[in-house]
Amino acid sequence: MKKKILHKAKGLSDRAVAWIFITPTLLLLLAINIYPLIYAVSMSFTNFYANKLGKEIKWVGLKNYVKILGKEAIWERMQITASFMFWTLLLQAIIGLGLALLLNKKFKGNELLTTLIVLPMMLSPAVVGVFWTYLYNPQVGLFNYIVNFFYDFGPFDMIGSSTLAPWAIVIVDTWMWTPFTMLICLAGLRSIPNYLYEAAEVDRANRLQQFIYITLPSVLPFLLLALLFRGIENFKMFDMVVELTSGGPGSATELASIQLKREAFEKWKTGYSSAYAVILFVTIFGFGNVYVKVMNKIKDR
Amino acid sequence: MVDISRSPTESSGFSRKLAALIIIVYAVVTLIPITWIILTGFKSVTSSITYPPEVFFEPSLEGYVNLFTTRTRQSQEYLEALPPPETWYEELVRSREMVIAGPSKFFGRYANSLIIGFGATFLSVFLGALAAYAFSRFKIPLKDDLMFFILSTRMFPPIAVAVPIFIMYRKIGLGDTHLGMIILYTVVNLSLAVWLLKGFMDEIPREYEEAAMIDGYTRMGAFFKIVLPQATTGIAATAIFCMIFSWNEYAFAVLLTQFNAQTAPPFIPTIIGEGGQDWSAIGAGTTLFLIPVMIFTVVLRKHLLRGITFGAVRK
Repeated sequence: MKKKILHKAKGLSDRAVAWIFITPTLLLLLAINIYPLIYAVSMSFTNFYANKLGKEIKWVGLKNYVKILGKEAIWERMQITASFMFWTLLLQAIIGLGLALLLNKKFKGNELLTTLIVLPMMLSPAVVGVFWTYLYNPQVGLFNYIVNFFYDFGPFDMIGSSTLAPWAIVIVDTWMWTPFTMLICLAGLRSIPNYLYEAAEVDRANRLQQFIYITLPSVLPFLLLALLFRGIENFKMFDMVVELTSGGPGSATELASIQLKREAFEKWKTGYSSAYAVILFVTIFGFGNVYVKVMNKIKDR
Repeated sequence: MVDISRSPTESSGFSRKLAALIIIVYAVVTLIPITWIILTGFKSVTSSITYPPEVFFEPSLEGYVNLFTTRTRQSQEYLEALPPPETWYEELVRSREMVIAGPSKFFGRYANSLIIGFGATFLSVFLGALAAYAFSRFKIPLKDDLMFFILSTRMFPPIAVAVPIFIMYRKIGLGDTHLGMIILYTVVNLSLAVWLLKGFMDEIPREYEEAAMIDGYTRMGAFFKIVLPQATTGIAATAIFCMIFSWNEYAFAVLLTQFNAQTAPPFIPTIIGEGGQDWSAIGAGTTLFLIPVMIFTVVLRKHLLRGITFGAVRK
């Protein structure tokens, strides 16, 4: 009965409305996202230079890929990226989960404090990079002052030293993004039904047992999801690190995407850098897929 | 005595107090960098580069004056020969033995950020709402695949597509234009807009539109007159997220714009004084740039989780 009335409704059919509503979005995505991507993939098999448009474009097959994978430099950058990701994700997981557990205890001002803690991650990463160069300044930086206030290391340069610079970017990223893991873990904690704990109390499980058998397993899928998001973002990391260290000193903090930018926009090796981009994309997509599979398995358990 | 009815969220007074204390300490520490940069904006150039860093200082608007002007250094005789300064900021600049040469580019860059931000936000929310409604209500072939495709566009490193977009934009005359950046940011925002808005629209009962359509509305009419007003909160939250993204974006802005359509994030690092970076002016610029986002964050606090996870986690 209801269906009949709907059928008689005036105007376009539902199917027409659906396509009218979806088409603009799909077209835009195709034009600005998919077309450039296909273009980049096809360029990756050529010796194209975007600053020499008149030059004949030659098909070089897999030469770019062979060249990149055979180079020491890319493996070095991958290692830098991997260690950046390892430390930032580890720290953000531990601190973020810790903060979430604390915030889950209801106390006064809880919501206000959560909002304040979240602020850093809403800021522009590039601008954050800029003002941390000031905080890290070896002569006048507040960071250096505070560190030396607690333990006198003497003068040190977080950005200028190749041993400290990787930590400089880890600290800033952790400062900025720990609230992200925290928020998601907090959502996980709040989704645990109270009766689970009540049942555990009846079974005389102590606090530690409750934490290990109820809290941790429930929050783990949320934590893993947060780390997936952060992992993808940090693999692409560009803006904050460019402004903070611009990859230096030397190449101590030159993440893969910063090297990619150099090849693409400073040396203008479009063909070569397109192949590089494809390699990076396949890497993150591959790892992402495996990660999601593992994550789903853990969730199902 | 163990209180059986007690759940871990209602833990004892002491552990709750301890938790509150640790959280407060963390909040204070994590806010130091932001507070510091805002304070630096109100320091004089000299006081911004003293060691040890000055926590108490005489406030000065030199940073803000420097942010909005360009200045040239002049000799003592030249300055004495000038007529007396007419405004407080001229006086301030003269006291540093300089004269104002003209306005800086900051205002223009900030305006670009606003124009591009608002343009992209409007477009992505409008198009996103249409698509979200269709995905929420209609049977669409390969729906899940299309939704995932829309999400996956977010995973591409911006630099991977920047070169083709750069070449394409140059060919069709969109290079370094506001329109070009608005379209680009719209596309980047669309995945977030579609996913978030679909979640919000799923929560609006279908019965509302069905009732309206029985009353003689067309499907389109029901969408614009009934569904959109119901989704106001979701639309507002989505809009703020899109705005924050466009406002903060750096990679595309630095690679694709130079003179005409450059936004504030690539500009702020280039603020340079006489002896290197002018930290009080950078502090001032950063403050003006961060304030809108901080206000947005407070407004958004109830929807934050949803926004940062594309609706994957809801409260």
